[in-house]
Amino acid sequence: MKKVLVFCEYTADKIKKGSLEVLSNALHWDGAEVSVAILGAPGKLASLTNEIKNTSAKNIFLVSDESLSTYSPDGYAKAIANLVKENGFQSILGTVSSQSKDFFPRVAIRLESGMASDCTEFSVSGDTIKATRPMYAGKCYAEIDFSKSPVAIATIRPNALGNKELKSGSAEVKEVSANLGGVKAKVLELVAKSGGADKVDLTEADKIVSGGRSLKNSENFKILEDLASVIGATVGASRAAVDAGYRPHTDQVGQTGKTVSPSLYMAFGISGAIQHLAGMRTSKVIVAVNTDAAAPIFQKADYGVVADLFEMAPALTEAFKKALH
Amino acid sequence: MKIFVCVKQVPDTETKIKIASDGKSIDTSGVKWILCPYDEFAVEEAIRFKEKNSSATITVLSAGPDRVVDSLRTALAMGCDDAIHIQSTENADSFITARALAKAIEKEGPAYLVFTGKQAIDDDAAQVHQALAESLDLAAATVVLNAEYGDGVVRLSREIEGGALEKYELKTPCVIAAQKGMNEPRYASLPNIMKAKKKEVKKMNLSDLGIQETDQKISYSKMTLPPERGECKMISGDVTTAATELVRILKDEAKVI
Ligand SMILES: Cc1cc2nc3c(=O)[nH]c(=O)nc-3n(C[C@H](O)[C@H](O)[C@H](O)COP(=O)(O)OP(=O)(O)OC[C@H]3O[C@@H](n4cnc5c(N)ncnc54)[C@H](O)[C@@H]3O)c2cc1C
Repeated sequence: MKKVLVFCEYTADKIKKGSLEVLSNALHWDGAEVSVAILGAPGKLASLTNEIKNTSAKNIFLVSDESLSTYSPDGYAKAIANLVKENGFQSILGTVSSQSKDFFPRVAIRLESGMASDCTEFSVSGDTIKATRPMYAGKCYAEIDFSKSPVAIATIRPNALGNKELKSGSAEVKEVSANLGGVKAKVLELVAKSGGADKVDLTEADKIVSGGRSLKNSENFKILEDLASVIGATVGASRAAVDAGYRPHTDQVGQTGKTVSPSLYMAFGISGAIQHLAGMRTSKVIVAVNTDAAAPIFQKADYGVVADLFEMAPALTEAFKKALH
Repeated sequence: MKIFVCVKQVPDTETKIKIASDGKSIDTSGVKWILCPYDEFAVEEAIRFKEKNSSATITVLSAGPDRVVDSLRTALAMGCDDAIHIQSTENADSFITARALAKAIEKEGPAYLVFTGKQAIDDDAAQVHQALAESLDLAAATVVLNAEYGDGVVRLSREIEGGALEKYELKTPCVIAAQKGMNEPRYASLPNIMKAKKKEVKKMNLSDLGIQETDQKISYSKMTLPPERGECKMISGDVTTAATELVRILKDEAKVI
């Protein structure tokens, strides 16, 4: 049996989708006793338990401190590491996010333990932990041996495990004071990207519509935006499109951009360079539209259309509208 | 004023990854090695800092097998002053690497700033920056897009989901992990490349730093290549027909819509 702690993140008043995905899976592992940790300022956390208190999690720890009113890498690390020491957790899990990526490595050092980042598989059965993570941007996969790590720490990629039902039960909520006595670094201000606030981030997106150099300018991306809005997708881009200034770097998919694994990835006018494929090859279904029947992207796609994207994208927008309404 | 830059040597992004015969590492024969692209931003940032602060000296460090000396020389050619090679193994985990780098920095320090890339593009672990900072008991920020250096303080922006920015103010010494776009890394000039070839690279062993290979916390028990996809189903017909057919397939067969 393993005592597992799931670190849950939230935006505004809701637990993040990715955190719920990790939790819902953990609750189904036989051989895991699962608890949850939520961090923040005192008195601000209770309402976040609504979604998860009627689950089979053992405890929900609301860990608070004045200095955790905004995110702090060293503050979060200290709070989690102390909670783990006090309660004897043997594994700490979180969804891959800008927070977990940032502070989990500090937790690992504090607990003299190892960490596996960005796992695409993770499960506990009895005393056995099974974890797999992509390396070389998905060009290969490695199974992780945690046997020499006192605590098995991992972040798990959104959409990789899939959402399970949140097993019902009644979790006990416990308020814990982190007693940090100050932190070294914390967020002073959060500046949202204009127009980007309500969009799902590429790394969390369930559907992605991507465009390449062939879009020719940023205005033309409108045809992909239109398609994306019909199916609830996020727009991505190849590096060539980003380098040409058609899209910001935050939209870049690939080895030096974002690694994504949506259930649907649609590539318009993207040749399929190895660095691009590295970032999206774990997508469940890949569709490619390209004028060149010999484009390498077709070797990695599930469905392909040899066509001009300027005709195909609007036609798809119309076809989706018809099919969905 | 000592500035440290921690870098890693990684396979070129064009590399086709092959699994070695032991089944748990990659076959490195024929791999072209490069300085990790994110570390180039870290090196450049250190050099720009030095250009504005004449008392600064930059030490570049890398932990890894002997081949990593080439990447140290690339960083020297760009403008770093000294280099340290920590002799370590091919598959050392982030725990050992961070501890080793921290110990070396403690030995050679005190540090005023430590720069790293946001992630190495081989194991993609993205752990050493914060792990190193924790080992040194320093503040750190990762995925940093821009930084302003004041007296004993660094004001910086870190990129998070959706391109939003978190603003921090860190007291020095601190660790800063560069994101692409933080600056435009320079190319080394030929004379500087020649000079860098002659520079001495200081060697350290893990044991000099009080670390043993057996301190490693995680290892790889098996590596596999991703499963090949089935053949691509090509959809033909005029644009409207193809679009309708594709939508039907995505909805009814692939069930992703
Ligand atoms: C260190 C390094 C890191 C890199 N990292 C990344 C990365 O993270 N992400 C990334 O994407 N790339 C990356 N690259 C770049 C990569 O090698 C390719 O250059 C890039 O992906 C090409 O982008 P593209 O497919 O948009 O352009 P191109 O390769 O130019 O392809 C354009 C495609 O559009 C098709 N086309 C043209 N017109 C039309 C039309 N009207 N309708 C339909 N199709 C059309 C063409 O047939 C062609 O296949 C990296 C490269 C290096 C060296």
